[in-house]
Amino acid sequence: MAVDEKAKLAAFEERIANGEKIEPKDWMPERYRKQLIRMISQHAHSELVGMLPEGNWITRAPSLRRKLTLLAKVQDEAGHGLYLYCAAETLGIDRDEMTEQLLSGKAKYSSIFNYPTLTWADIGTIGWLVDGAAIVNQTMLAKCSYGPYARANLRICKEENFHKRQGYEIISIMANGTDAQRRMVQDAVDRWWWPSLMMFGPPDTNSPNTEELMRWKVKLKSNDDLRQRFVNLTVPQARAVNVTLPDPDLKYNEETRNWEFGEIDWDEFYAVIKGHGPMNRERLEARRSAEERGQWVREAARAYAAKKQAKEVA
Amino acid sequence: MNATEPLWEVFLREKQGAPHEHAGSVHAADAEQALQNARDVYARRGRVLSIWVVQTSEIAATSPSDDGPFFEPGNEKAYRHPQFYSVPRGIKGV
Ligand SMILES: [Fe+2]
Ligand SMILES: [Fe+2]
Repeated sequence: MAVDEKAKLAAFEERIANGEKIEPKDWMPERYRKQLIRMISQHAHSELVGMLPEGNWITRAPSLRRKLTLLAKVQDEAGHGLYLYCAAETLGIDRDEMTEQLLSGKAKYSSIFNYPTLTWADIGTIGWLVDGAAIVNQTMLAKCSYGPYARANLRICKEENFHKRQGYEIISIMANGTDAQRRMVQDAVDRWWWPSLMMFGPPDTNSPNTEELMRWKVKLKSNDDLRQRFVNLTVPQARAVNVTLPDPDLKYNEETRNWEFGEIDWDEFYAVIKGHGPMNRERLEARRSAEERGQWVREAARAYAAKKQAKEVA
Repeated sequence: MNATEPLWEVFLREKQGAPHEHAGSVHAADAEQALQNARDVYARRGRVLSIWVVQTSEIAATSPSDDGPFFEPGNEKAYRHPQFYSVPRGIKGV
């Protein structure tokens, strides 16, 4: 490393240590830029792909109220994707490149969205558990060292509480409903619980990026710490509606004040990441077809803008 | 893949009497579409009173390396601050 680079890196790390935010035009190590582009674009892709399992139920929502809610929530997720793409663009990658990376399978998105939504109780469970887990993660990211990413997450966090609450409302009503409804809720929670824990990523012992990301305050807490926080928040919520979390090893540790939980099936996690989840193929296919079918709209908008501009010049 | 539409920066005024503040950006073919996209992306929750959009390429900005010399004239003039001046003890309202 050149002397100049070394001095710049030291100054950069000192700024971070002082709690300063890094802004787009500031000097930053190439690694920091690369890691952020990877993280932010993955996060953005997850918001977009995350619309699919829920969008699947819009036409079948059980009431007008639920339909309005679900439409608004899915629209929010599109908004979240767009806040994040624009944060990533400040680092010098453009939108088309990110879309291309998603569609070609080069870029990843959260493994959770590769599971199917089989019943209406899945929609409640997603709001409660999946958005609940996302809130824990995004609350941390709202304080990260990169200004545009922190601000995008702050904006997202303001909208997520509604997502979680509407989900928990569905669950609490169904959990107090008929036997069939109760069974439906329990079945959905049984399927979504472990994948929700996997949303926080691999265990700290197998997360090679964590040390660097934490030193640069891109992340302020490790995967395992965030996962523990989520479990601690969720257990009382499950008990309050008499839903059983599918983990026989779940027990409270008086000393650490943590809910200890059983072993996560990391083989499943890595298999889904590699594309072998139940819905990977459908999700990417849906994104591809949306991109293709929206093509004429973008072309028409461009033609219209060009025509209007020509008129103004004339 | 197609060429991306130009990027526009979005500014929102969320309170009566408050200034417009930067919210983020959108892609759009023209200003009209940029305003509509900005509404859909950044104003889904009401409360927004006004939106400005401006094409990102039209913005002129200082760069971080200007930090020292460019802003120096403002930093050095202590006599622009009231604490620079001393008045007799016990005087109020000055
Ligand atoms: Fe979201
Ligand atoms: Fe959400």
